[in-house]
Amino acid sequence: MSSAAANPQHQVSAAREALLELRGVAKRFGAREVLKNISLNIASGEFLTLLGESGSGKTTVLRLVAGFEQPSAGEIWMRGQRLDTLPAYKRRVNTVFQHYALFPHLSVRENVAYGLRVQKTSATEIGGRVDESLRMVKMQEFAASRPSKLSGGQQQRVALSRAIVNRPLLLLLDEPLSALDANLRKQMQSELKALQRELGITFLFVTHDQEEAMALSDRIALLRNGALEQVASPREIYAHPATAYTAQFIGQTNLLRGEILDGRAKCGALQWPTDGPSGAAIFSLRPEAIRLASDAVAPPGTARFRAALQQQFFSGASELLEVDCGGGQLLRVRIPARGPLSGEHEFVFSAAEAIRVQE
Amino acid sequence: MYSRAYKTLVSLPPLLWVGLFLLLPYALMFAHSFWAVHEGVLVHQWNLHNYVTLFSKPVYLGVLLRTMRIAASVTLCSLLLGYPLAYYLSFHARARKELLYQLVIVPLWVSYLVRGYAWKTILGSEGVLNGFMQYLHFTHAPVAFLLYSPFAVVLMLTHIYTPFVFLPIYAALEHIPRPLVEASHDLGAGSVQTFLRVILPLSIPGLLAGATFAFVLSLGDFLAPLLVGGASGTMIANVVQSLFGAAYDLPLGAAISVCILIITISLLFLSERLEKRWSFK
Repeated sequence: MSSAAANPQHQVSAAREALLELRGVAKRFGAREVLKNISLNIASGEFLTLLGESGSGKTTVLRLVAGFEQPSAGEIWMRGQRLDTLPAYKRRVNTVFQHYALFPHLSVRENVAYGLRVQKTSATEIGGRVDESLRMVKMQEFAASRPSKLSGGQQQRVALSRAIVNRPLLLLLDEPLSALDANLRKQMQSELKALQRELGITFLFVTHDQEEAMALSDRIALLRNGALEQVASPREIYAHPATAYTAQFIGQTNLLRGEILDGRAKCGALQWPTDGPSGAAIFSLRPEAIRLASDAVAPPGTARFRAALQQQFFSGASELLEVDCGGGQLLRVRIPARGPLSGEHEFVFSAAEAIRVQE
Repeated sequence: MYSRAYKTLVSLPPLLWVGLFLLLPYALMFAHSFWAVHEGVLVHQWNLHNYVTLFSKPVYLGVLLRTMRIAASVTLCSLLLGYPLAYYLSFHARARKELLYQLVIVPLWVSYLVRGYAWKTILGSEGVLNGFMQYLHFTHAPVAFLLYSPFAVVLMLTHIYTPFVFLPIYAALEHIPRPLVEASHDLGAGSVQTFLRVILPLSIPGLLAGATFAFVLSLGDFLAPLLVGGASGTMIANVVQSLFGAAYDLPLGAAISVCILIITISLLFLSERLEKRWSFK
């Protein structure tokens, strides 16, 4: 907790103490290999998100850490102790389940008190801690209600309260916001982040929603078919995606499959200087990296091209253009909102914004 | 919307059925319980004499109490067998689940009477069990209490009604969302605590339904005491049967039947209330 207080910006460095370590963890269900050789460290106080499509294995990682499944290979360590050999009920880890999993026969208060009761905490301490925990999620007034009488958002808060009251070293959240509608979701995201700062608990968060992952996380671990694709901070993973998959999954991008020859990259109608070795190459060029030539001053190293406007999608502050640079090569361009456009225009982008990625 | 004629047409058969084969016989039974028999002839003379006899003669009250004791024992024994079985199947049987489920259900396809005679063969003086115990030199002479005793009745009824207890409990356990069990472990509860705090409370409606089945069905049973009960294992339904038959005291038999009916209906009502109280949706 002190680390969180001393470091309010949550700039996580590799030097920080690792709370949780996954060492070469694999999981098979029968012949199906769900996780392949996952090695990952989570620092104390960190907000780490496991991001991936459904079936990528992200929930399985969470279930292995919680103790609901056993790894087929590899080890999990927490604070220098072997974790994967402990039964779930002995781990100082708590989970917020996707569909909350509140006990229907217990009141909100009894739900929150459950963990403390089974640990034989004294009645006075239970009372104080349950009140405190319900206050943190603003659910004091519903203490006597049954879960079935609560809305989805309220059940979500109770589930969160029931987990944090036990002061876990690590909180696991399995798509906790996926069942909420868009507005409530944004609000809960902000509350979740505030709560994490306040408590200083390490969060391991699972989602398939890349925007949510970007908004909340200190680091994102992107999973693809049971393997780690890339682990980096949201800004890093957005600015420097390692692979074509990452570039497409995190935000929108234009994938340019082309060639490098004598210090120039060439992809269809586009050409720009690059220092990579010659040969086939893939580049990721974010839509917002491309500008209308009339809007930008063109420093050296700028690539220019002409393209015909195909579609224009207005979205408030910005608009997304679909342009044809000739020969059916389509690019997406995001520009500040500026009114309807038509015909051919000249566009520019800085060569440094075309990020070379692996297949 | 359906026409009036159509509604009448479809509701008439069940109404007729219930009226003719349920309400009318009950009404007749109720009326009989206030009539009397004089010198072998039924007289339609309204009186409370039958109920006075029933509650003043220790014979009837004794058998009624024994019947309830047997029914309670059967209920307890079938719960003790059926609940762990249902729990094991629902939570731990994994791949063997389907097979074991069928094995529990299969005895239900075997005739009640056949199973009764099977117990007679097993428990009798010349029976399988006695033969086996003598072969092992546990006993030198046949053990008599095995057959023709309340013990034999409880044993046979438990065997017959355990699947009936198992089924609603199994259904209730299957309906418990597994994430609740995981949540309990996650919050630090081991298997025993999880069972006591989550699984058991959530299975109470099934448990009540099963217990009600076992108790009510045992309460009205007359074949088991007839086959394996002997004199000491006589139950109230046997008394009713003999009053309606050999003794030709229809009014007293009807009065006893009314009493059993009242007990049964009260139990069903109570169990329904409790089940509602313990169901959470």
